Amino acid sequence: MDRTLRRTKEFIVEGLIFLSGITSILFVVLIFVFLLKEGLSLFKEYPAGQFLFGTGWYPISEPPRFGIVPLVCGSLIVTVGAIMIAVPVSVAAALYISELAPVKIKDFLKAGIEMLAAIPSVVLGFIGMVTLVPFVRSFFHIPTGLTALSGSIMLAFMAMPTIITIAEDAINAVPKPYKEGALALGATRWQMMYKIVLVAASPGIIAAIMLGIGRVIGETMAVMMITGNSAVIPHSFLQPVRTMTATIASEMGETVYGSEHYFALFALGIVLFIITFIINFIADLFLHRKKI
Amino acid sequence: MKKITTEDLNLYYGSFHALKGIGMAIEERRITAIIGPSGCGKSTLVRIFNRINDLIEEVRITGKVLIDGRNIYEPDYDLVSLRKSVGMVFQRPNPFPLSIYDNVAFGPRIHRMAGEGDLPGLVEESLKAVNLWGDLKDKLKRSALNIPLEQQQRLCIARLIAVRPDVLLMDEPCSALDPVATLKIEELMTELKKRYTIVIVTHNMQQAARISDETGFMLLGELIEFDRTEKIFTAPSDKRTEEYITGRYG
Repeated sequence: MDRTLRRTKEFIVEGLIFLSGITSILFVVLIFVFLLKEGLSLFKEYPAGQFLFGTGWYPISEPPRFGIVPLVCGSLIVTVGAIMIAVPVSVAAALYISELAPVKIKDFLKAGIEMLAAIPSVVLGFIGMVTLVPFVRSFFHIPTGLTALSGSIMLAFMAMPTIITIAEDAINAVPKPYKEGALALGATRWQMMYKIVLVAASPGIIAAIMLGIGRVIGETMAVMMITGNSAVIPHSFLQPVRTMTATIASEMGETVYGSEHYFALFALGIVLFIITFIINFIADLFLHRKKI
Repeated sequence: MKKITTEDLNLYYGSFHALKGIGMAIEERRITAIIGPSGCGKSTLVRIFNRINDLIEEVRITGKVLIDGRNIYEPDYDLVSLRKSVGMVFQRPNPFPLSIYDNVAFGPRIHRMAGEGDLPGLVEESLKAVNLWGDLKDKLKRSALNIPLEQQQRLCIARLIAVRPDVLLMDEPCSALDPVATLKIEELMTELKKRYTIVIVTHNMQQAARISDETGFMLLGELIEFDRTEKIFTAPSDKRTEEYITGRYG
């Protein structure tokens, strides 16, 4: 009697844990199915080729045009810019924190980085809007400071905590014998760091960069506030751009449920989902790759 | 010729007195073995000769260590040139996660000893010196982490030889190797002593007896006895040395 009760309890608890365990997967699948169902509905009425390769995004003109090239380009240029700024700074910071900084400074810096990660993106966007945007405008003498460059700089701040934290883990994991071996051969600390430590940590650093890219490309609020939201194919960093995320966020509220525009935004969501999925997948490959 | 001389050398890890008044003189182009039970300070001692102990925080050293007549703990002593001339082989082979070629070329590159054009010759010469050239000449671009441990240890020695040192410090270089590989490394050491001063730390008394010319016995941070190897192993003058080599403790 007692035993059957215990077994039933076990069974229930295990079942609950199992359910919790698969919840995340379940949600991802449900979201993807929902995205696909809504997004693919677009292509019943609108040709996929024009969606993927069209160069104009005019959702409310007559007839509407849903070419996502300017939006994809907008996301790409902001991301590329942000990564170009964030990667050198972050990798250098990670090297400093794990190899050079005294313990006190190290703790202080790590706390600071966590703080940076904790700032809501809308706050960063707001700060960017009132400080960075006027600065960019007057520094480059351009008509508006709402540009891809402004977006890149703000997003670099958001990507930095991710990149620093993961790159630092990778650098910390470099076996001590490698470092000792290099120093014992007469390498200076700097030679040891860039010839051995960075090389040994490179898979982890690449993973960190990929996750940073994932963070940047999916960011919405700050870019919506400071990139100017003009859906044209950008030719330079000093032009306003509009990203995929900002498009979805700003237009979703104005569409009619079930309209072509509504479906187009979901289709855009699929594209974004696929891009971030690929980036995370690559990051995972590098994170779990065996040492050379 | 004396290559390395220590005078009243003391080392403290924080408040722990790890080396106590070591005075010894190591002959040039000989193999000097340092033996003793684990924890006696023998590794700490050799790690003084290339100042790799400097990496550990809270280490304090007093006394003198003269290499070629100069105290290496003088404030203005050039660490880079010290470590270039005093190479170290570690307990576990530690090739870098680079190709075999880049491992050997690492030292010459950082010291700008040879142009990229002269490097292949230097790499070949260094690998030949450790009898690895025949085995590895077709695999130079492969990762150094995928070769057998014994070859990795030889590669680490080749990596040192490439920067043309005078002294090779070996900290239990065979402890990760099987007996056959150990014998091969020992043969190599005997060959190398024609050109280099070798100091080897070992917990393996047979190894010390087989290869070394002189032996130092350490116990609890003190150098108990330092003499010709035959003398240490046949007629030690200290009771504690005799007890250790006859296996009564350690």
